[in-house]
Amino acid sequence: MKTLLCPLNGLRNIDEFIYGGEYHAEPDRKQADRKAWAEHVFFDTNSAGVVAEWWCHTPSSYWFLVDRDTVTDQVISTYPFSIDPVEK
Amino acid sequence: MPFGLLKYGLARTYPGKNLFGKARPLKQSYDVVIIGAGGHGAACAYYLAKEHGITNVAVLDKGYLGGGNTARNTAVLRSNYLTEAGVAFYKASLELYKSLSNELDLNIMFEQRGQLTLAHSDAAVRNLRWRAEVNQHLGVRSELMFNDEIAKMLPHLRMDADARYPILAGLWHADGGTARHDAVVWGYAKEAAARGVEFHQLTEATGIDIADGKVTGVRTTRGDISCGKVIQAVAGSSSVVGNMAGIKLPIHTFPLQAMVTQPYKPLLEPHVSSPHHHVYIHQTSRGEFVIGGGSDPYPLYNTRATLPMREVLSAAVLELFPFLGEARVMRQWAGITDMTPDYSPIMGESPVQNYYLDAGWGTWGFKATPISGMTMAELVATDRVPELIAPFSLDRFYRFEQVNEAGATAASH
Repeated sequence: MKTLLCPLNGLRNIDEFIYGGEYHAEPDRKQADRKAWAEHVFFDTNSAGVVAEWWCHTPSSYWFLVDRDTVTDQVISTYPFSIDPVEK
Repeated sequence: MPFGLLKYGLARTYPGKNLFGKARPLKQSYDVVIIGAGGHGAACAYYLAKEHGITNVAVLDKGYLGGGNTARNTAVLRSNYLTEAGVAFYKASLELYKSLSNELDLNIMFEQRGQLTLAHSDAAVRNLRWRAEVNQHLGVRSELMFNDEIAKMLPHLRMDADARYPILAGLWHADGGTARHDAVVWGYAKEAAARGVEFHQLTEATGIDIADGKVTGVRTTRGDISCGKVIQAVAGSSSVVGNMAGIKLPIHTFPLQAMVTQPYKPLLEPHVSSPHHHVYIHQTSRGEFVIGGGSDPYPLYNTRATLPMREVLSAAVLELFPFLGEARVMRQWAGITDMTPDYSPIMGESPVQNYYLDAGWGTWGFKATPISGMTMAELVATDRVPELIAPFSLDRFYRFEQVNEAGATAASH
């Protein structure tokens, strides 16, 4: 993986991006207990296969989502956060 | 052993020995199944058989004995960590390493040539001072070393005051060393097999059977097994195997790359590490320089080597040892590291009864091989959590009581 298609800035060198972790929806702030927060903060499925994850284009501080295969290192698609990765 | 060697040397024929038991069919049932025939799995099997008399044990591996991350680490041994839990644990491991060649009747090529961690900033010097104090308190040989002594010990190290990041001090750890990683797993497997443990290579676990929250068996590519207890010791695939048992882990899996140069005459005695430059280096007894660094910038289940990482490692090591500019890189490879949020392992019981975790071995697994095998065997045999590994249980993340070793890993990531 040498380049990444940023939804805002187009195709850029991979050095301009940082990885920001696996995507999962935040727990309900009013209802979530300690266990739910611990799981949200620390735990991940970490699967070998296609995973939705956060990436950031650092020069523009733009956060977006990437579907990437964590075995072959192929990017399936990149899209802005406004599109829910589950519904997509 | 010396007499046997002499006899072997004078013999006319040199038959190979089958050290690990013949290939045989899987039995339908075992008392204990260990998933993963790396150093940790083999060590656990050995201590189960030797210390606790449990020999109806199968060790499964999807590849071959010691062919995973046991063969891919850079074989560094040290115990100069930061937390009391971490230092006590790794110190116990180093103590076991000292007598391992005799115990396993196989030369693991254990050498204690010491380790020097460099500081390039005031904050790093404070951290080293802190580590030295904790280490000494627990009986580990670590002390702060200043530039005059460092220059004497390492005449090839670039000590220029006008370097971009000048060296300010170092943490000298006389207990640090290396061992041959293949020999460690072979030795443990040989002695476990001699006591009746079965090693099944090319036998991949494909599922875990659970009934009423209790593990009952393991499904494999060579048939299903029923068993009383299961230990997963699969560094690099902890989450994948954990997910089979429905266990989610706080792990992110990254490749970690290293490379080795052509051999030189002996000129670097200790292991030298610079957390600031994200690089560490030592010279093997064959003369090659082994150069390792931080994990890749994003997670991946793939052991490919990359040019950008070779550039990063080369640039970093040339800051310390400019003479290596002429050296040829012979090999570059990657291991798979299961990184935990606090850079400490996850050991002990799991949410599934009789299913035990030996996971999250990040970049610190090889040095812990003997003690993790011993403590996991004790846990499985007695159902009591040994004091040494109690701080590393999975539920520490639910209690928000992490064991933070992020500052004391060889090259911080």
